[in-house]
Formats: sequence, structure tokens, C-alpha cells
Amino acid sequence: MTLLQVRDLDVTFDVMPRGAWPWTKPNKLQAVSRMNFDLEEGQTLGVVGESGSGKSTLARAIIGTVEATGGQILWDGTDLRTMSARDRRAHRREVQMIFQDPLAALNPRMTVGEIIAEPLTTHQPDVSKKETRKKVGEMMERVGLLPNLVNRYPHEFSGGQCQRIGIARALILDPRLVICDEPVSALDVSVQAQVVNLLKRLQREMGLSMIFIAHDLSVVKHISDRTLVMYLGRQMEQAEARELVRAPRHPYTQALISSVPIPDPVREAARERPVLEGELPSPLDPPSGCVFRTRCPKARPDCARARPPLDEVEPGHLVACPYQEVISPLDTPLSEPAEPVG
Amino acid sequence: MALLDVDNLAVSFRTADGIVNAVNGLSISVDGGETLAIVGESGSGKSQTAFAVMGLLARNGSASGSIKLDGTELLGLSQAELNRKRAEQVAMIFQDPMTSLNPYLRVGDQMVEVLTLHKGMSKRAALKECVAMLEAVRIPDARGRLSMYPHEFSGGMRQRIMIAMALLCHPRLLIADEPTTALDVTVQAQIMELLADIRRDFGTAMILITHDLGIVADTCERTVVMYGGRVMEQGATADLFARPSHPYTLGLLKAVPRLDVDQDELETIPGDPPDMSRLPKGCPFTPRCAFRLEQCADVQPDLLPWQNVLRACHADPEKVK
Repeated sequence: MTLLQVRDLDVTFDVMPRGAWPWTKPNKLQAVSRMNFDLEEGQTLGVVGESGSGKSTLARAIIGTVEATGGQILWDGTDLRTMSARDRRAHRREVQMIFQDPLAALNPRMTVGEIIAEPLTTHQPDVSKKETRKKVGEMMERVGLLPNLVNRYPHEFSGGQCQRIGIARALILDPRLVICDEPVSALDVSVQAQVVNLLKRLQREMGLSMIFIAHDLSVVKHISDRTLVMYLGRQMEQAEARELVRAPRHPYTQALISSVPIPDPVREAARERPVLEGELPSPLDPPSGCVFRTRCPKARPDCARARPPLDEVEPGHLVACPYQEVISPLDTPLSEPAEPVG
Repeated sequence: MALLDVDNLAVSFRTADGIVNAVNGLSISVDGGETLAIVGESGSGKSQTAFAVMGLLARNGSASGSIKLDGTELLGLSQAELNRKRAEQVAMIFQDPMTSLNPYLRVGDQMVEVLTLHKGMSKRAALKECVAMLEAVRIPDARGRLSMYPHEFSGGMRQRIMIAMALLCHPRLLIADEPTTALDVTVQAQIMELLADIRRDFGTAMILITHDLGIVADTCERTVVMYGGRVMEQGATADLFARPSHPYTLGLLKAVPRLDVDQDELETIPGDPPDMSRLPKGCPFTPRCAFRLEQCADVQPDLLPWQNVLRACHADPEKVK
């Protein structure tokens, strides 16, 4: 069943120019522009893009902390904006979030037990203390924390453990959708793998849907069913996660993949890696037509004219580029089983 | 002779919780023009090694052992002599360019200061040199940029400025501490390409400190893997990646999700990075190691040659896979 449908979503912010008067017209910053995607129950959608691509704004719009300025976000078929107050409360309970900086996301003056229990005591105040304690203990075990640490404070934990606390807090209400905003990018490599595996396992066990936002394409590929590539608030490409890496069609996706070095000196030496020139243009003054054209190796004069539509070029593979073609920046074919390390 | 020769380096800090040993008996060498990677997680001592070489340890820190640059012992040099060495021979770039540039000074002023102070150049000559260097790191409209403040640049541009500044005195060794961690992947690729060009054009040797094994595979000839302030394994990057013989190297390589391989489950290293004030007497990796033996917690293994690499591990290398 489709849990979440996003239709032509726009999020625009008013930005006051420098030295503005109260009556000065604000500049419009289009952080998210005409996004379209569906999320099925139990599925994971990965969102990749560089900083400033609008991935976090997208997350905030879905969770309801930022108002959509256009289009619809349908939760279980009901538009977030026209939802009754009662449904909205349910939506807040059913959508939870995990943040990037695990320590900053936890209140330093609350014990771990209080932190994990807080969503429960907020949304279900009539649950007894005993019941709450039991649930917190169960949840801690589930995310791999010893329940006897319940009275410790966040600073006594390592980064990986703090992220586990954040996960426990997000899951205690049995949400249907968890939005993870760069959940592992602040962690060490060895700990990152632990948290990724934990998220994958919990998702399977609890039947969660997940939106996984990250700039690291390899992590996103690993954890997602589908991946969506964003650039300057626009959707560039959307496909099944492994297919997107194996057979990317949009020049930006191809550039992203070729930017990531592979931890294998032999393959790395054999691989052509064209580097994308320039930097992200200002979102206050995006290029006309296709926003990627200023950095695109394939840009032609008519790219400036109209914004390319998101076309379904193959079942389930959507690309916003009229000149799309499959180019794999990973030289060696993926289908052949790679040599295991060691 | 090696350009940089670090022998049995130990770095420790006096803190309120007692003495913290950040680096324990580290020996590495870097040849002229070579790129060496130091890989490790937080708390592995990789950054403190760099700070010790640069003479930039925090006030409560002290270094012992030997750090020889071009045959000259750096430890124990007076501040003035060290400044001179730093000016002429080594330079360092840091992870976050915003915090290493002075936000109150125009970029041009900061750069010119380097040359007038260290090389005694006139301001006019220094300006000319700065423009040339900014052009070398491919900053467009270099002359116009000199009068801008650091906050007016993007992250990638700021890192380019840092690199230009580090190169002003034509150092023979450049230490880059996580130079691209704060940057987006496409910009990271640009900066790594730039560093490779600089190496080629200026013949600068480089120590690249990173946790990103992809970058290591891409750019470094030799790799040192550190954990808990000690070297776990070191050797040519190709050898190390093809056949990691230390449990920690093996674990790291397996824990990274890869673009070119489809994995169902990532292999993990259990536990957390080490607490540096409470290291075991023996090998620091013992509590997390899948191959640990009885003596591991008590006896520190020596760094011994095996095939083409050096490894510090009691376990039989044939069994570590």
C-alpha cells in the first residue's frame, strides 16, 4: 500500500535581501520544486544530493515542520494541509526522525531513559510509569544498549551509542515512517556499519517505511529500495537503488558516482573519473531551464529554455534529462561477483 | 635519506583525568615527492601525529622520540627555529577551512603576511606571488578575490585558498588533515585532483590523514593504519588493500559499503573506538578483535615484516581473512 505520496511539492522560503526595509519585497528561495514520489509501506527511499540540494527541507515538509507552498503531501491518502487536528496528531506520532549529530540531538540534562520515554509520555500520557519503563527497557535492548544504562546521561556515551539512543527514541511510538537525515555521516567507519545494519534490521522487523537522506551514495545504495537524486531542489533521477548505480542515466548522477573513489587501488587505477567543474549555483538565482546545465558536460543551448520533465524511460526509472543515456562510471561490470576482501 | 623520519614518537597529554597517551611509539618515514596515507578512526592518534610534526601540540601535550625533517631533529627546537622550519619545509591544511582562516582579515592580507614575514618580501612582490598561487589552485579572477573576506567564499573555494596559502613558501612536505571531509563529493573530487596536480607540479611530498579508504586507494602510494595511538599495519597501498593481514585493516575494509559491490549485510567491527585514557596494556584493538589470543591484552605485539607489509599482531596472518 502507498503510505506517502508527494505530488508537485514546492517549498519556498522568503529571504530578505541585505539592507532590506520592512516594505522591501523578499526574494524567493525555492528549496524544493515540483517533487514527485511515492513511498510504499515497508520500503526505504534514499535521497541523495549535495549540500543545498533541498533534501533536509524535503524531510521537514513531510514531517510537517515546514509548510509546503505548493503541491500536496498525501499521508495515507489525506493531504497534510487539509488534515483535521486529530489526524495531524496521529501523523506526528507515526512519522519520526533521526538526526545527523547524535549528541546534539539529545538533551544533555535528561537521562537516557527520560529521552527515550519522552515521545511516549507526550503522545500517550495515560500510559503508566511501569509500562513506560518496561517499554524503554525493551527498546534499549532492541537497539543494542544495555538496559541498566537507563539512568546515565548522553555525554557518557560514544557517538555510535548516542545514535542508538536517537533510534530508540524514534521507534518507541511504533511509527510507520522514520526519516533519517544523514544518520551515519558523523560516525566512524566501523560504527557506521553497525548503525546501518541496525537500521536495516529494525526496518525489517518492525515493517517500517524509511526515508534515508545522505550525501554518501554508497550508503544510500546499500540501504534503500529506491533512490532519488536531487540537485538544487529539483529531482534529477529516480530508480531502483542498485539500478541507479549500475546504470545511471542523468549526467548529474553519473558525475556523483564518478566522484566517489572506490576503496580498491586496482579498480580505482583502471577507472576513468571525469571531475565535475564548478560549484552549486545560488538557489536564489537558479539557472533557467535545467538547473544542472551550468555544470553539465552534455549541456546544449536548448537546455536553458525549458525545465526538462521527469520522464519514465524504463519501468520505474525516471530521468529529468532529454539527452539521457546509460553511462556507467564504474568501469568493471557490477554483475560479476567482486572479490571478497581478504 | 627520507624527507621525514619519525622514530618512536610518543605524544601524551596531562588532563584532569590523568595522562592520556595519544600516540605510542610511532615510526614512519616519508620520502621526497611521496604520498603517505594515515588511516584511522577518531582517537587513533593520526591528527596528534601531524600536530607533533608541526610543533602544534596543545599546551598540556608533550612529545618524545625523534622527528627528523631532512636530517634535522625537530623535537626540542626553539620556537624561532621551528617557525623557520615550518616556513620553509612543512605546511599543513586542516579539515575545516573556515576555522583556519582569520575571519577578520581579507584573504589577500592573510596570504601576503605569510610571504612578508617568512621570506621578507616586499608587499608588492608578495601580492604578485599570491595571485600566481591562487591561479595555480584554479581560483578564477584571483586578483579580485584578494580583497574578499573568507566568509564570502564557498567551502571548496576556502579549501583552495588554504592550499594556496600552504604552498606559498614551496614546502617540501604538505600535511593534509582530512582536507575534504567537510566538502561535498563533487567538490572533494576537485580538491583531490588539485592536490594530485600540485604534487606533480611542485614535487611536494604529502601526508594525507583520512578515514576515507576510497581516497586512500585513489591517491596514496603507501598507507599506515593506526589504532589507539599505534601502527597496526603499514605498507604499499596496493598490498595492504589486496591482502589486509591485520584484523583491524580487514575489519575497516569490510565495513565500508561499496558502490561497486552489492552487499546484503555489512560486516562490522563490534564495540566503539578506544577510550584513550583507558587503553589495555597490550594491543589496543584487543577488545574489538575477532582473532584475539590470550596474550593480546597484556603483550604489545611488535611491528614485524610479513610478506610486503609490516604488521603488529600476534594472530597468525594466514588465519586473518
